[in-house]
Order: sequence, then C-alpha cells, then structure tokens
Amino acid sequence: MKKRRLIPVLLLRNGWLVQSKNFKEYQNLGNPVTAVKRLSEWASDELIYLDISQDNIYDINRSDQGYPNRKFFLDIISDVSKVTFMPITVGGKISNIKDIENRLKVGADKISLNTKAIYDLNFVKKASKEFGSQCIVISIDFIKEDNEYFIYDNKKRSIIKLDIFDYINKIQDNGAGEILLNSVNRDGTGKGYDIDFYNKIYETINIPIIACGGAGDWFDMFDVFDKTKVDAVAAANIFHYRDQSVFLAKKFLYEKNINVRKPDLLNIK
Amino acid sequence: MNKKVCILDYGSGNVKSVENLVKFLNFDVKISNNETDILEASHLILPGVGSFEYSMNKIKEKIPIKILENEVLSKKKFFMGICVGMQVLANYGYENGKFEGLGWVKGEVKKLQVNNLSLPHIGWNNCDILKNDKIFSDLNDIRDFYFLHSYSVNLENKNNIIATTVYGNKFCSVLKQNNIYGIQFHPEKSQKAGMILIKNFLNQ
Repeated sequence: MKKRRLIPVLLLRNGWLVQSKNFKEYQNLGNPVTAVKRLSEWASDELIYLDISQDNIYDINRSDQGYPNRKFFLDIISDVSKVTFMPITVGGKISNIKDIENRLKVGADKISLNTKAIYDLNFVKKASKEFGSQCIVISIDFIKEDNEYFIYDNKKRSIIKLDIFDYINKIQDNGAGEILLNSVNRDGTGKGYDIDFYNKIYETINIPIIACGGAGDWFDMFDVFDKTKVDAVAAANIFHYRDQSVFLAKKFLYEKNINVRKPDLLNIK
Repeated sequence: MNKKVCILDYGSGNVKSVENLVKFLNFDVKISNNETDILEASHLILPGVGSFEYSMNKIKEKIPIKILENEVLSKKKFFMGICVGMQVLANYGYENGKFEGLGWVKGEVKKLQVNNLSLPHIGWNNCDILKNDKIFSDLNDIRDFYFLHSYSVNLENKNNIIATTVYGNKFCSVLKQNNIYGIQFHPEKSQKAGMILIKNFLNQ
C-alpha cells in the first residue's frame, strides 16, 4: 500500500538554512548541506527546499564544514543531491521553463510554484505539459481571517482577492500534481495543523495534498493524518530542532497505525 | 574483472541522480552514449523520466541500439532499465497513442488501473517479492521504494515478473529476463533500499 509521507521543509535565505515565524522573523540554523545529510539519515520521505532569499547572494560563509561555500542556489542543490538519495522538491524564484530545467538538471525531482502560479495560471499548464504533472507542485500560503480562508502573497505581504477553493480547482485542472498548503497563521506557532481547512479542500479535489504549518509535536501530525485524507505532512522548525526528529515522528505515527514507512535510521556504508 | 558501469545517456533528466548513487557506492561510472563505453562496460543502466514516445525517440536518436543489443541480447551483459527505461524494453507503449519499444521483452505498456485513486502514482510503496533473486538480498526488512509513474508493463511471460506492487490493482514492479532487469520505481531516490538494490545489481 502506498505510504503517507513526512516531509521536512528547508528554508534557504542567502545560502543559510533559516527558521521562520509567521513568515516574518528569521533565525539562522546553519549549513543546508549538513542539515540535509542529517534529515536523510533519519529517513525522511522527501525534502522540500525553498529559496526565500530577497536577493541573489548565496554565501554560507563557512568553509570549516567540509563543503565549499556556494554562492548560487543551484550549486547548493547539486551538493545536496550528492549526499542524499530521496526525492527533492525545489521552489522559489522560478519564472520560466528554463528555471525549471536548470533545477531538474542538478538533481531536483519536482519544482514548486507559488505566486508565479497565481499570476500566471497558464504557466502551470505549460510546465506540467513539458515536465509532467508529477513534477509540478503548487504551493499556496493561506490565511484565515474572520473564519474565512484567503490566499496570501508573501512577497507583497497582503491577501489576494481570489477565491481559494476556486483557485485550487483551477490549478488541478491545469495539471498540478500536488498541492502544498501552508497556513500563515500557524507557521512557527506549534498550534497544530488546520484540520478543518484540509477537510474542506478534499471535498473538491483529488490530487495529493501536503499539509504544512503548525506542527508543535508528533501528536499534531497524527491528528491531521487521522482526521483528514492528506497524503503528506510537511514541517520545518520541529524537524530541525530535535535530534532524530523524523525518525521519532515516524515511530510515533507507525505505532499508532498510521500508514507511514517503517521508521529507520540510515547508517549507510 | 573490474566493474565498469555505463549509464546510457539520451537526455533523460535523472541520469545525474543515478550517477550520484553509483559513485556513492564506489563504482567506476560513466554517463555516455559512446560505442567504446558501451563495449567496455560490465553493467549498463538505462534511466528514464518522461513519456514513452519521447524517450523512445531520444533513444533511437542518441543511442547505438544495434551495438547495445549485441552487448545485452547476445553477450548477455547485465542491464537495468529504470522507470520509463524499463517500459521501453517492451514491444509497445500506449501512452498518447501506440508506439514501438525496443521489444527485448514481450509485453505492452498500459495505463495503471487504479479505480478511484489519483494518477500519477507518486510516493513510497512496497514490493511483494515473488521470486528470490540476487538483487533482493538484504532487503527482507525494507521493501518500500519511491514510485513516480502512470503506466506499467504488462508482461506476456508472467514468469518474468519477480516483484509486484499494488496501487488500486497489482502491477509488475520488477521484471527479470535472463541478464535483463526492469525496475518500475526509482532506486536512485529510494534511500537505503534503493542503494542496496543497485549495489546487489552491480555486484553480480
């Protein structure tokens, strides 16, 4: 049977791995390549790698960790795919077909589009035709206000006037393979996943959903798997701060009969 | 004999990932479509992502098929096709029309019958091993692999199916015909399980 997935999200800001809270505050967590190596050893199911730099300077500025300093995002991805053998989704700063090609060439398996899809729906169609639906993940930052759900534009820091349910149906029709739904209100808060929202979404679509935003402990992950049909849960902070995090999360879920891959610690070679 | 791995290059997107893994396992490896490299190789790997038709066109354009066939079908060199690289081994593929494959194994490539599940079949799923084989050594505990496809090979000779997977219905996830292996999932993205499988293949 197909397994439900646990996916660590890595936010990369100017070459550094960072933690975010409510999409506003950022704290430095260190070298992205060593972090990926760890996450790989704990048998993560996939990785999502998002470039949230506001400019194009990538300098991890450390040469003491055995990896060269990388000035370019693509070099960082290329390094990552040499130490880890699992599916990688790469997002951020994708505005044309060539950008996608370049990311796939260095080892990405899927790419994620956020605001590009909102403002240019036709690009979703074009990209999924060219690379296949399985390659195109649409990432949506959603915000809840007065019991209503809206799409949030992280760059402009404002709500977009589009019906979110309508939009999700449209991207599915245009060939999106998966949807990453990230709660702005819950980002970095540890208050648990927005279960109501994920249930509402599944009333209208049937492509896999990745729930993100709000995990405070392993139980939150159990809760969203137990009460919704989401295919995967993604999280950033909780997976970076605890030793063996992904392994422990998986163990918790596995023992509670959630259909995840058997927990494992990989010590390869 | 020293092992030499040749990953056949016809422009498939995932050659780099396969190379990364083979290198990680410390084997001598080349990405190439060059005649000499194919002749010198002890193991040949044909990776694949994309549609059947696209892959077959590229293979015909870039790879010296006659030479490859002589190495694999006559000289019985170890060969592994991954994902679409497995599918093109069949006679025909039915993705966006009917297209001819390499025809090394008798069978056809058809869309997965998944009932109400979504396609493509993306994610980790397990293999049921039907026949003991060297490539499954040390895989007793872990049999989950990463899948990413909408089509699968329907083999004429069911004896050549050595593992199956269920997604809606059962399909062939690993085929073996003499020295030829076909792998529907992506070992290069399947962490430890994929690593062991590729290692087993290369150690033959």
